Amino acid sequence: MKYLQEYRDPQLAQEYLREIHRITTRPWRIMEVCGGQTHSLVKNGIIEMLPEKITFIHGPGCPVCVTPRHLIDLAIYLCETAGVTLCSYGDMLRVPGGEKSLLSAKAAGADVRIVYSPLEAVKFAAEHPEKEVVFFAVGFETTAPANALSVVHAARQKLENYAILSSHVLVPPALAAILQDEECCIDGILAAGHVCTVMGFEEYFPLAAAYQVPIVVTGFEPLDLLQGILMTVRQLERGQAIVENQYARVVQKSGNIAARQAIADVFKISDRQWRGIGCIPESGLELKEAYATYDARKKYPVQMPEVNEGDTCIAGEIMKGLKKPFDCPNFGRNCKPETPLGAAMVSSEGTCAAYYHFHGDAHFSSEERSA
Amino acid sequence: MATTNGKVQLHCPVPKPETEIITLGHGSGGILTNQLLDSGVFSLFQNQYLDERHDGSVLRLNGKIAFTTDSFVISPIFFPGGNIGELAVYGTVNDLAMCGATPEFLSLGLILEEGLTMDDFRKILTAIKAAADLVGVEIVTGDTKVVERGKGDQIFINTTGIGHLHPQANISACRIRPGDKIIVNGEIASHGIAIMSVREGLAFESDIRSDTAPLHQPVLALLDAFGENIHCLRDATRGGVATVLNEITRQCPLGIDIRETDIPVQASVAGACEILGLDPLYVANEGKFLSFVAAEVAGEALALLASIPGNSQASIIGEVVATHPGQVIATSIIGGRRMVGMLPGEQLPRIC
Repeated sequence: MKYLQEYRDPQLAQEYLREIHRITTRPWRIMEVCGGQTHSLVKNGIIEMLPEKITFIHGPGCPVCVTPRHLIDLAIYLCETAGVTLCSYGDMLRVPGGEKSLLSAKAAGADVRIVYSPLEAVKFAAEHPEKEVVFFAVGFETTAPANALSVVHAARQKLENYAILSSHVLVPPALAAILQDEECCIDGILAAGHVCTVMGFEEYFPLAAAYQVPIVVTGFEPLDLLQGILMTVRQLERGQAIVENQYARVVQKSGNIAARQAIADVFKISDRQWRGIGCIPESGLELKEAYATYDARKKYPVQMPEVNEGDTCIAGEIMKGLKKPFDCPNFGRNCKPETPLGAAMVSSEGTCAAYYHFHGDAHFSSEERSA
Repeated sequence: MATTNGKVQLHCPVPKPETEIITLGHGSGGILTNQLLDSGVFSLFQNQYLDERHDGSVLRLNGKIAFTTDSFVISPIFFPGGNIGELAVYGTVNDLAMCGATPEFLSLGLILEEGLTMDDFRKILTAIKAAADLVGVEIVTGDTKVVERGKGDQIFINTTGIGHLHPQANISACRIRPGDKIIVNGEIASHGIAIMSVREGLAFESDIRSDTAPLHQPVLALLDAFGENIHCLRDATRGGVATVLNEITRQCPLGIDIRETDIPVQASVAGACEILGLDPLYVANEGKFLSFVAAEVAGEALALLASIPGNSQASIIGEVVATHPGQVIATSIIGGRRMVGMLPGEQLPRIC
């Protein structure tokens, strides 16, 4: 595959690894922000190939994992009780809400459809005026422009049967919240390449300066990650804390101006509940008043009860970088992808699911495995 | 009542027996059922067993036989590279082949949904006939039912197959040994991606076609040449190659190592998997199988397999190991290692 294979070159990977090993003299803890990066680090076996002194902390960048339970419950209510056709990205379907997931609601007869783009949901709404269609607008800054455009398209077509259930979250406020935490032990950050493709990386300058952490905008292929790690370790070893851009083939300093404008036109910043972390001020997006008729929460004013994650799940501490999945007594025992106790075990981008999927339950005895 | 040249003509509204769609009447056991079977099924599949028109067939069988059944509920029923008809034949033929048997007889159970067009039904029957002829199996018994609209998905098919075991066949997961090489007979993941490319909501333009194909020829060729050195055979259908490998490690107390770089995937399929966020190791195949072969004959077995048309991309993808029992470990393209586990459910596309 052109433009992918080049970034998976085994010889270049070895050269990056040799250089990382050569320059690493002290223990460093690096957080990769995005779930896609977690997936790639684990899938390619990169973490095991790095010096033992480098520890990876898996950040909050899995949108599925941080969507609060009560919003999933609301989505389930809309399609089960309010008779709505709910369109969603695929990996949102398996995430458990308070009682069940969208997948089990679908199995019980609710109209839940997987789409790849919110514009497919708009098209469906236009073709089915008899149905009320809601798109579950989950994601970081990456998916926000397309979701914003879906509302613009629906407005242009004067559709009255389309709305979005917005659960958008923003990366910089979450990073600030994590870096402010007294227990925070993060030395360097790999910023999420695709989020920065949309937003650019100017908003990371004050974070790097205030918390004295190097932040390197990093892509997702093995060589991207290895180069991003090398750039971060170089800064750390030199005592630097600046923002650098590894993913320069895609990311520009100011991001994608048109995409940012689409977000600004349709959304406004709001406080947001993060599953496993709690409420972070000004860390979410919701529809502006001008588009209120496309806001599913206003169209269907139902209040779902807040549901706690439960005492057993340590996903919040994992996302803050305080713990690893293996530190959890439930990991691989009571909590597995088929029976998740928390959201991080659900999406393949979720830290626990990525660890379970690619590391497996290797640290358990065979008796436990078969149990 | 109508008038022609001022004369009144009376018409008796006799129901037209030939309809262009399947109706509940076709499953009633009456005239419509008989017409459907006479014109569509018996005439097409005629052989000495079906011509008896009995409820079952009497077969003369000696020696070890393999016996298998499979049901086919695929949606859409027509897809790039095939349709549910040939899939229903090859699926059961391949299950027999994986036992090391020569496919000989099939049963054919059809569950039709009211409203299925006769045209589609005929196309599917024709595909079944062509696939059976290609393999050399005879359809010797069957059944047809019709369900109300909304109670099925156009057509469901069940086929059951019987065939004599190859005299040298000794196929079992228990016969796998450390050092055995694992051979796949070609590029993986085409079927699942071809189906996904035409599913509602996920449709995308591609030239990817299902790999649906009978596997008895390559299997019998391997058994002719290497006999008991072929330790285990599995077709990598639902859940793909990764699921089969995991099932094997659960049946025998051994581990499996595979190398991502040695797993053949057609470039367009690999590209589609990247876009959709799917791992080709977990995507379904309908014409791919894994053979676990004694190391000393692996090179020759690969060469033989690759010489059979349709199998030219065959590749040794890994080996059986005594370390890490119960686990499948993949070496990534850059040399890192990871565990390849079982899927918890359907492989769902990722957000970003």
